[in-house]
Amino acid sequence: MQPFEYHSPRSLPEALRLLQELGDGARLIAGGTDLLLRMKQGQLAPRALIDLRRAAELHGISFSPEEGLRIGAAVTLRELQRSPLVRDHCPCLCETASWMASEQVRSLATVGGNLCNASPAADLAPPLMVLDAQAVLVGPQGERRLPVEAFFLGPGQTALDRGELLKEVLVPPTPGNALYLKHAPRAFMDIAVVGVAVHLRMERGLARAVRIALGAVGPTPLRAGPSEALLEGSAPTASLLEEAADLAARACSPIDDLRGSAWYRRRMVRVLTRRALDRLCAASLVGEGT
Amino acid sequence: MTEGLIGQERPLVTISLRVNGEPVEAVIEPRELLLDFLRDRLGLMGAKRSCDTQVCGACTVLLDDLPVSACCTLAYEARGREVLTIEGLAQDGALHPLQQAFIEHTAVQCGFCTSGMILTARSLLQDHPRPTRQEIRHYLKGNLCRCTGYWNILKAVESVAGSGRQRGRVGEEAT
Repeated sequence: MQPFEYHSPRSLPEALRLLQELGDGARLIAGGTDLLLRMKQGQLAPRALIDLRRAAELHGISFSPEEGLRIGAAVTLRELQRSPLVRDHCPCLCETASWMASEQVRSLATVGGNLCNASPAADLAPPLMVLDAQAVLVGPQGERRLPVEAFFLGPGQTALDRGELLKEVLVPPTPGNALYLKHAPRAFMDIAVVGVAVHLRMERGLARAVRIALGAVGPTPLRAGPSEALLEGSAPTASLLEEAADLAARACSPIDDLRGSAWYRRRMVRVLTRRALDRLCAASLVGEGT
Repeated sequence: MTEGLIGQERPLVTISLRVNGEPVEAVIEPRELLLDFLRDRLGLMGAKRSCDTQVCGACTVLLDDLPVSACCTLAYEARGREVLTIEGLAQDGALHPLQQAFIEHTAVQCGFCTSGMILTARSLLQDHPRPTRQEIRHYLKGNLCRCTGYWNILKAVESVAGSGRQRGRVGEEAT
């Protein structure tokens, strides 16, 4: 690893000032589980690291009935997994976190890091997208909010402007259910070959607020718009769910790589989308008392 | 500019932390990894370098009681904190119940994964004194044993989990 300076700002304004001053030679670090690996492997050699962990503004998980969950960018995956608030309001996020990496990585890795690395396979992206989450970006000009899906621009590329950082994620309250299914050869410590998240709620037998997001099958995590449109307001029958899963497989643009071929990924999108829809429709119908 | 500082003065930082209960102070470069700090500077060889990419668990140490991979953690990040390595687990010459259980269940073959296994299990038991078998398996997923001795490891951890042998938790087990 190349030498670097290390800065540990105590507050968000101090972090933003450092980011401004140090410019392009500096990298932000939170858990460091991805960044340090890339630095060790010589892929990155920043002149300075700005450690965000000591800025209190980036920590904490809270809930309000109006805004929903607020999850600080420096919240670790371990904290996310074990948060009673998250378990009560978005159990899908606890479940997702519990399947990410290992205890060792989850002790350090952060929610913000998972999103800011902008891997097409980032596990938190699809569930946050179907939960309609917003990313709160903060920079010298102040704060702005973006839907999480607009945060990703390409592999490793986010909507963060120079001098900006991710402050927190807001997940609005939802009466619906969400589910994330991850397919990887090794159950843990592996990157998703395909990840599918679905959100919906059943109202008098009709599917509402249907949102489907796909991971690892395009340059960014993406929404399966045609599937959502097909199901929205419909009474989900087996053939309709099958058609929606088919449309999801057609909506994505996977590539061949060492984890799987494009053909295989597309097939798995269909399988996992169908599976997630089946489970959610069943769960939601039970919840409705029918 | 994304070049490092080669050829320029290298930044140095002073850190103080506690390692296995003892205060330690050192002047290091921020890039020094916790694993190198423990092994090369302090001579604590229990944490092993293996995959070097935080997927195998052999370098696991506890940082404020949480398991981390020392191969991908900066020593600087441990400043002001408490690091526990396998060398610090036995107290007053008595093995920790987990160490004793690993011996009794022959949960050690080549021994390379053992430090990490025991420390990760220690963190689990501190959290959940009575984990289910599934919880133990889940918690230890980041620790690989290439001798494939998982069964005995699982039994060793289970034997401590259910027995009230965890140090400091005996009173809680008296039901």
